[in-house]
Amino acid sequence: MNPLSYHRALSTADALSRAGDGAARLLGGGTNLVDLMRKGVERPSALVDVTALPGTIEATAEGGLLIGAAARNSAVAAHPLVRSQYPMLARAILAGASAQIRNMATVGGNLMQRTRCLYFQDAAASRCNKRIPGSGCEAEGGFNRYHAIIGTSPSCIATHPSDMCVALAALDARIHVAGAAGMRTIPLVDFHLLPGDRPDIETLLAPGDIILAVEIPPSPVARNSAYRKVRDRASYAFALVSVAAGLSVREGSVEDVRIAFGGIAPKPWRAFRAEAALRGGPATREAFEAAVIEELAGATPPPEAAFKVELARRTLVAVLTELSGSDR
Amino acid sequence: MAIRINGAEIAVPDDARVSLLGLLREQLHLTGTKVGCNQGACGACTVLIDGERVLSCLTLAVQADERSVTTIEGLSGAGSHKLQDAFIEHDGLQCGYCTPGQICAADAMLREIAAGVPSYITADLAAPARLTREEVRERMSGNLCRCGAHNGIVDAILQVAAERTA
Amino acid sequence: MSRMQNVVIETVKTALGWVPAQWLPGGTPDPLIERRVALGRQDSRLDGPAKVTGLARFAAEVPMERLCYGALLHSTVTRGRIARLDTAAAEAAPGVVLVMTHRNMPRIGTLALIGVSDLSAVGNSSLPILQNDEVRYNGQVVAAVLAETQEQADHAASLIEIDYAVEAAKTRFDDAKAAARTPASILIERNHVLVGNAAQEVDRAAHRVDNLYRTPGHNHNAIELHAVTVAWQGETLLVHDATQMIAPSANALAKLFGLKKQQVRVLSPYVGGGFGGKGLWDHQVVAVAAAKLVGRPVRLMLSRESVYRMIGGRSPSEQRVAIGADADGRFNAIIHTGYSVMPPYGACPEQYTMCSRALYNAKSFEIVQHHVDLDIVPNTYMRAPGEAIGTFAIECAVDELAHQMGIDPIELRRRNEPERHPLSGTAFSQRALTTAYAEGAQHFGWERRLAEPGARRDGEWRIGMGCASGSFPYARMPGAHVRLTLRRDGTVNLSCSAQEMGMGTSTVQVQHAADRLGLPVEAISFDMGDSALPAGSMAGGSSQTVSLAAAIMAATEKLTGELLRLAGNDSPLAGLRARDVQLVDAGIGDVADTARHESYRSILTRAAREEVSVIAAGSPPLEMLKFAMHSSSAVFCELRVSEVTGEIRIDRLLGSFDCGTILNPKTAASQFKGGMIMGIGLALTEETLFDARNGRIMNATLADYHIPVHLDVPEIDVIWTGIPDPRSPLGARGIGEIGITGVAAAIANAVFNATGKRIRDLPITLDKLL
Ligand SMILES: Cc1cc2nc3c(=O)[nH]c(=O)nc-3n(C[C@H](O)[C@H](O)[C@H](O)COP(=O)(O)OP(=O)(O)OC[C@H]3O[C@@H](n4cnc5c(N)ncnc54)[C@H](O)[C@@H]3O)c2cc1C
Ligand code: SF4
Ligand code: FES
Ligand code: FES
Repeated sequence: MNPLSYHRALSTADALSRAGDGAARLLGGGTNLVDLMRKGVERPSALVDVTALPGTIEATAEGGLLIGAAARNSAVAAHPLVRSQYPMLARAILAGASAQIRNMATVGGNLMQRTRCLYFQDAAASRCNKRIPGSGCEAEGGFNRYHAIIGTSPSCIATHPSDMCVALAALDARIHVAGAAGMRTIPLVDFHLLPGDRPDIETLLAPGDIILAVEIPPSPVARNSAYRKVRDRASYAFALVSVAAGLSVREGSVEDVRIAFGGIAPKPWRAFRAEAALRGGPATREAFEAAVIEELAGATPPPEAAFKVELARRTLVAVLTELSGSDR
Repeated sequence: MAIRINGAEIAVPDDARVSLLGLLREQLHLTGTKVGCNQGACGACTVLIDGERVLSCLTLAVQADERSVTTIEGLSGAGSHKLQDAFIEHDGLQCGYCTPGQICAADAMLREIAAGVPSYITADLAAPARLTREEVRERMSGNLCRCGAHNGIVDAILQVAAERTA
Repeated sequence: MSRMQNVVIETVKTALGWVPAQWLPGGTPDPLIERRVALGRQDSRLDGPAKVTGLARFAAEVPMERLCYGALLHSTVTRGRIARLDTAAAEAAPGVVLVMTHRNMPRIGTLALIGVSDLSAVGNSSLPILQNDEVRYNGQVVAAVLAETQEQADHAASLIEIDYAVEAAKTRFDDAKAAARTPASILIERNHVLVGNAAQEVDRAAHRVDNLYRTPGHNHNAIELHAVTVAWQGETLLVHDATQMIAPSANALAKLFGLKKQQVRVLSPYVGGGFGGKGLWDHQVVAVAAAKLVGRPVRLMLSRESVYRMIGGRSPSEQRVAIGADADGRFNAIIHTGYSVMPPYGACPEQYTMCSRALYNAKSFEIVQHHVDLDIVPNTYMRAPGEAIGTFAIECAVDELAHQMGIDPIELRRRNEPERHPLSGTAFSQRALTTAYAEGAQHFGWERRLAEPGARRDGEWRIGMGCASGSFPYARMPGAHVRLTLRRDGTVNLSCSAQEMGMGTSTVQVQHAADRLGLPVEAISFDMGDSALPAGSMAGGSSQTVSLAAAIMAATEKLTGELLRLAGNDSPLAGLRARDVQLVDAGIGDVADTARHESYRSILTRAAREEVSVIAAGSPPLEMLKFAMHSSSAVFCELRVSEVTGEIRIDRLLGSFDCGTILNPKTAASQFKGGMIMGIGLALTEETLFDARNGRIMNATLADYHIPVHLDVPEIDVIWTGIPDPRSPLGARGIGEIGITGVAAAIANAVFNATGKRIRDLPITLDKLL
């Protein structure tokens, strides 16, 4: 770790005035950043602690939620409104990491956490286009079981590791961002970028931008929602595949549906095509199957991750079937 | 600038890179807090900040400024902590290296359950969580033990929980 | 650590001193087997209070004045030479005290590999340590930095610039198989065993299975990181180490640095888990050398990444097992052959075929192991080396055969249960595996198993049961010494350099000594973990308990003689000889006439002695030569496999053990369970990811190498036959490693029973079941 300065920002203006410095990084809980600094992947010389900025969780006027970026993951998951109105979000957060880490991790940091690709993390010895654009990608032809099957590019096949973001993608969350040019709002589904030929650019944030809050619109469909995470051990492991879904069925047909996948793409993968295929149609296992097959039709998995196409299909069908109540 | 550690005011270290774990172990010789990975992956470094369990390896000491830290030494406090006795009784330890982290985590976890906070495996998220063996196992999964003292650890926690509600 | 058995037996053969008649054929078993007070009791571990309060000080926790901190730099290439080395920036970095590379590291020799010469040989690698510019594996230590703080040391290490002249490296297991070596012996056993014509027998058999089983590399992953705190005090060297081998490490360091034995003191009272990994590796040597150069104490705690890079683990293996059986299921042939990695500079042969030599009768055998040479960190002993993965192969094969024949797998095993050792014909000292199976099956409810795979389900979950045998050889180390000091107040202190890694060593030996000496446990204390104490045994090969027990027996005998001499003619014991007496009620009593008794206190008071102190070593472990001695087990598993995701959840796991006397049910159950839980990891989640392109370990973190977490671990049942082994001290055999053996096979067999899918490649990850 390089020698560092540390500043705890007490206001957004204070944070903004320091965040623009190219060598500075915002510090949330530090659960990702500090780890990456130890691994030599991140090398800031200044940290701006943003955990003293707002972290409250409030109901919005239109019946949604506004969650301050500094809110701890555990606080969000435990919040009564999240548990009752957006169960998939509570469950997704609780599926991530460990209780200790969730107590530390902030919502802002979770959105910005970086991939767990083994070669990305091995700054000392491995080539990685995400760390050094143009240097090559060692996951290609190496260990890529945890890698993406859709949305990848020849330059990078890494996944976005977050669980929380998968639920947020399904919930049409919007990110409130403050930057040099003022405030703006970005839909979460647009916030993370596909790698293209610049896998080092991961989000729409410009240098110096700060995430202030996440807003979740009211979502009746989310009340009947679930998050299922499939992983290599029963707990405390990143997703191989995860599914966030909400479903409302009326008289046997799909009234509304929200679906997002984790573990299979460079960003939280909102399954728009599957949703479109399902909406208004029958809420049957066959329809769920057909929708997910359509969604993943373009999958180009690396060799070790080929199983994820099937795993994603089965997991989604099982989740939707359960939400539709047809197996009860 | 000070951190309250087991009740004592401790100056924040000058070097911002120093983790809370490093401060405890190397500068304060509070070596009850263990280091198993420095990667956030084992839970051996678990301490309580303002009563909540966190990983001291991924916490920079400066981040704990103006907050209150309790380590295993602080938990032991005046007398022996109930969990500590129960760990011995149920043989919830072998090498003992993960043990302080397990005990700190368990202490906070019991409060989390008492507050009704759900876990990933809680069936009904809207209702207050109940304490079951499986809940304890899920909630303690952030604390690795390589010796395999898992059964004893869970037994010890369940016993203390039962005594508290009794 | 059966390589130790090798050395042990060799040492014994050459140094046949006193013969422990009582354990040889026709001799009498240890009398304590019958007469137990404290032994067998559920005493809580004595080190518990220090550990739960965080007061127990481990190697990296010893405070010292003027301490500086070390950080290591590892090679990022696999083979080659250091072409350019620039340490200027590191040397100039704040707080740096020393940058040490092959240029300025003191010249020293290489370590003798474990088992090569004698019991003081403890090297895991014979490669030179920072002695030249050559790189032999990815992750090898190429530089060390000392600084005032850990943060400064870590930072400075990142500033060292190295260019390598890269050479071709061998990193692909499959490619290297062609050039594999076939050593003449594996441990003390002949490697290539041919009894009859097994190949032909398999071909001709009424029933046969013949398959390949693969197991990946594993790491020990003790939660405590490897660490030393080193101080030169004048010409003596003090090493606070996290080690399983206190006395041998002290000897080896003395040799390496040209010191006399007494000049090196290694202290290791607590070790935060070892499992075979906490031996002597490069880091202790680097720390000692660096401390010498700077004239200050040094603390070097490896990062978790460093542990993966430079501390070898279990070798990967590819094993072929073929079994042929006649129509009744009697084995005509067992073939167990295969490949594992063992670089020429490594010490551990990963003896995965050993189990197949002792488990079953067969008309013919063919057994042989081949060593693949790769340019990687040398593999070493890891909990039940050989047996842990060997039992996976043979015990899956037996299950496959049973399924094919439509026989219950327990019944098939029973039909092939040997009366004597199948290869040597030697008698077993004691073996009741069939009993263990019967009791285990009953406890477990084995009769509820449906033989047809996939027949039981619960929602999306398919449920299956499986079982398998575990096996581990008995070992007792010669040369384990103990000092026994009896004080006038009737208290006793035991001391030796043995260690406590969580096995409950001191707890059990205090219980033992209490019974042996006729004292309450409260009267006994045990100091250990210090090479300045009489050399105890190392913690390995599941041998420490019996090795120390034998030493305590010998010391007690010596003490008895000494006390009788001191008692003299004024004692009620006058005229009695050692063989006429027993130690009871805090004193010595006539076996024939219980009225004749004198207390220790009285004897010492009359003799005007404050204390009597004796040092003794255990007898040579001849029982190992005369008998086939194995701990064995029957492992049962019930699990669920999701039809949707292939996820596996273990619902029940039961181990039924036949390991001689169980000395302390509480700590023994913990040992068994600990091994079994490591077996869960072996079966389902653990794998060291060596990138075959360059031999670099890619999952060098505890987040990416998955050891079981609480939610993976069900409530585990442990039962035992408890039948004493008449040939061993206390009737006990090892219990530390047997727990992991057989578990992977029991789980794989249960997965088959649940799904009809036979997974022969560990770990059984969910993608293999989709
Ligand atoms: C062992 C381990 C296991 C884990 N398992 C999981 C898992 O299963 N599922 C999962 O989802 N996650 C998992 N995580 C990741 C964890 O969720 C993230 O590390 C955490 O959410 C990051 O939050 P933080 O506040 O600690 O971020 P930090 O580490 O503080 O910061 C992360 C990034 O976010 C930036 N940042 C922080 N706040 C802001 C802001 N307000 N505006 C803009 N940028 C900001 C920082 O500059 C930095 O680049 C795991 C982590 C570990 C160590
Ligand atoms: S997959 Fe992406 S992150 Fe991983 S090595 Fe390739 S470029 Fe880097
Ligand atoms: S040392 Fe902090 S989690 Fe392992
Ligand atoms: S007791 Fe050794 S790691 Fe848990």
